[in-house]
Amino acid sequence: MSISIRSITKTFGPYKALDNVSLEVPDGSLTALLGPSGSGKTTLLRIVAGLEFADPQSGAIHFHGEDVTQVAAGQRGVGFVFQHYALFKHMTIADNIAFGLTVLPAKKRPKSAEIRARVGELLSLVQLEGLEKRRPDQLSGGQRQRVALARALAIRPKVLLLDEPFGALDAKVRKDLRRWLRSFHDEIGLTTLFVTHDQEEALELADQVVVMANSRIEQVGAPQQIYDHPSSQFVIRFLGNVNAIKDPRDPDSAVYVRPHDVGVLFAAEADPATDRLARVHHLFSAGPIARLSLRLEDGQFVDAEISRQQLDELGLDVGDPVAVRMQGASRFE
Amino acid sequence: MSSPRNVTTESLGVKILLIGSACAVLILFLVLPLIAVFTEAFRQGAKVFMDALTEPAAMSAIKLTLITAAITVPLNTVFGLAAAWLVTKFRFRGRSLLLSLIDLPFAVSPVIAGLVWMLVVGSKGWLGPWLSDHNLQIAFDTPGIVIATIFVTFPFVARELIPLMETQGTDEEEAAVTLGARGWQVFLHVTLPNIKWGLLYGVLLCNARAMGEFGAVSVISGHIRGKTNTLPLQVEVLYNEYQSSAAFACASLLALLALLTLGLKTLIERIAGHTGAKGH
Repeated sequence: MSISIRSITKTFGPYKALDNVSLEVPDGSLTALLGPSGSGKTTLLRIVAGLEFADPQSGAIHFHGEDVTQVAAGQRGVGFVFQHYALFKHMTIADNIAFGLTVLPAKKRPKSAEIRARVGELLSLVQLEGLEKRRPDQLSGGQRQRVALARALAIRPKVLLLDEPFGALDAKVRKDLRRWLRSFHDEIGLTTLFVTHDQEEALELADQVVVMANSRIEQVGAPQQIYDHPSSQFVIRFLGNVNAIKDPRDPDSAVYVRPHDVGVLFAAEADPATDRLARVHHLFSAGPIARLSLRLEDGQFVDAEISRQQLDELGLDVGDPVAVRMQGASRFE
Repeated sequence: MSSPRNVTTESLGVKILLIGSACAVLILFLVLPLIAVFTEAFRQGAKVFMDALTEPAAMSAIKLTLITAAITVPLNTVFGLAAAWLVTKFRFRGRSLLLSLIDLPFAVSPVIAGLVWMLVVGSKGWLGPWLSDHNLQIAFDTPGIVIATIFVTFPFVARELIPLMETQGTDEEEAAVTLGARGWQVFLHVTLPNIKWGLLYGVLLCNARAMGEFGAVSVISGHIRGKTNTLPLQVEVLYNEYQSSAAFACASLLALLALLTLGLKTLIERIAGHTGAKGH
């Protein structure tokens, strides 16, 4: 079930949360809405879910060609997973997961045996068998999130929407669940749209990354594509560390280069046409990669990442002179 | 060698002083009066006590108090739920005004509340002529008493629910909506179970106040013996006629109500605290 978002604008009073945003989410893909707080990504997700509505006359949302712009959330067939799980505190895990089925009108509601079977099926799917009778406060964060997912899937949704699904979990659990979600998605193939501010998560998980800022979409593409060919200053700054070096001959321009693309050579081997001279200001070598902070003659700092082997070959220490070669640098208008 | 002292604990002297003064205040202002009520009520013996309560005027006062509470409490529960739902789940213009209005009955002296209603529904009031044309009697009759009591006890349920529902947020309700639940289903299956202890607590307080209200009811009732006296009004009437034992007998019923309310409140807090469901 593909999602088609066309020209959506959303204002809250004087504040424009979304400004004429359009996006195509292909059927079966795992798409990330990536951006800092205030970029509009959560608002967009909620509009797709039907929890918010775009400004009147502003645009349309289509699910596989069907116009759902005015359809209420309950009728859209979306599965929504909240950042803080939003499990029903006073119900058991089984009742939580079965909720979407138990509130169906009498004609459509399956028999209780069927509902129980489906709950069991879903618990196996999220690898939480045997927890039917527990309550949400007896589970860990990671378990609660998987229950929230099972609950959303119980109604056989057409699309799955996740709002910062791992935001409330600690680093190790987050990494494990990330991996789990990817393989889970590959297994069930449901069109999934998730919101995150963590660029590592987006690049690792998604088929398609949508970078958002200031209520607009900055760039859309596959993770590799966006990382290697960022289309703007914002995108390159947001995705990973980057150096912004000003050219002394042209003070208004800035050249962007990633720390691992910075070549560090012996000062004597410097090629005056392409290289600049610098001194080692700071050196951090505990770990697989050595991180250097290099100070150029004009006072600017360049962060470089080189392998430990390279560091040993160069035999560098704080204060030593080096030559800096910036390959693969980008410029933006 | 004394055990290591926690930096945030007071010295023994200060502890004794604080606990001592709290106990003194409690005993002086709460326990002694309660004991006095029951002592005075039974001063002339159990028979006089029972006669005082079964006397027709007293019986009708008890009946009127019960009827007033039976109408006021359910209505204010519904109003309070609706107001709390509106204020906590939606943002709209005039929301702060509504919040202030909900607190209004607390800020106004009950006597003024009663007077205001007299000015509206009394025979010389705004609606006076219209009411007498349609043969409707509100002031000096049960409807007036009920209206005045509703006004005065309105905030209890709402004030109990609003902070509770505010803390709980709307996430669970939104989740229910995305799963296909309709409005009443969301309320019944998600909101209500989460607020049940706060709701019960608010209803309890509302009831206690509805049965014990004096000022507003006093102004609007007209003190017609056997017809428009509630139990608190009857206590005053009896006391003014120097029938102190009878007065205290009726008062002891109200005191009993107070103790019962307190007991139930403690029970609720214990259960709610146990399940962590009350939220404050």
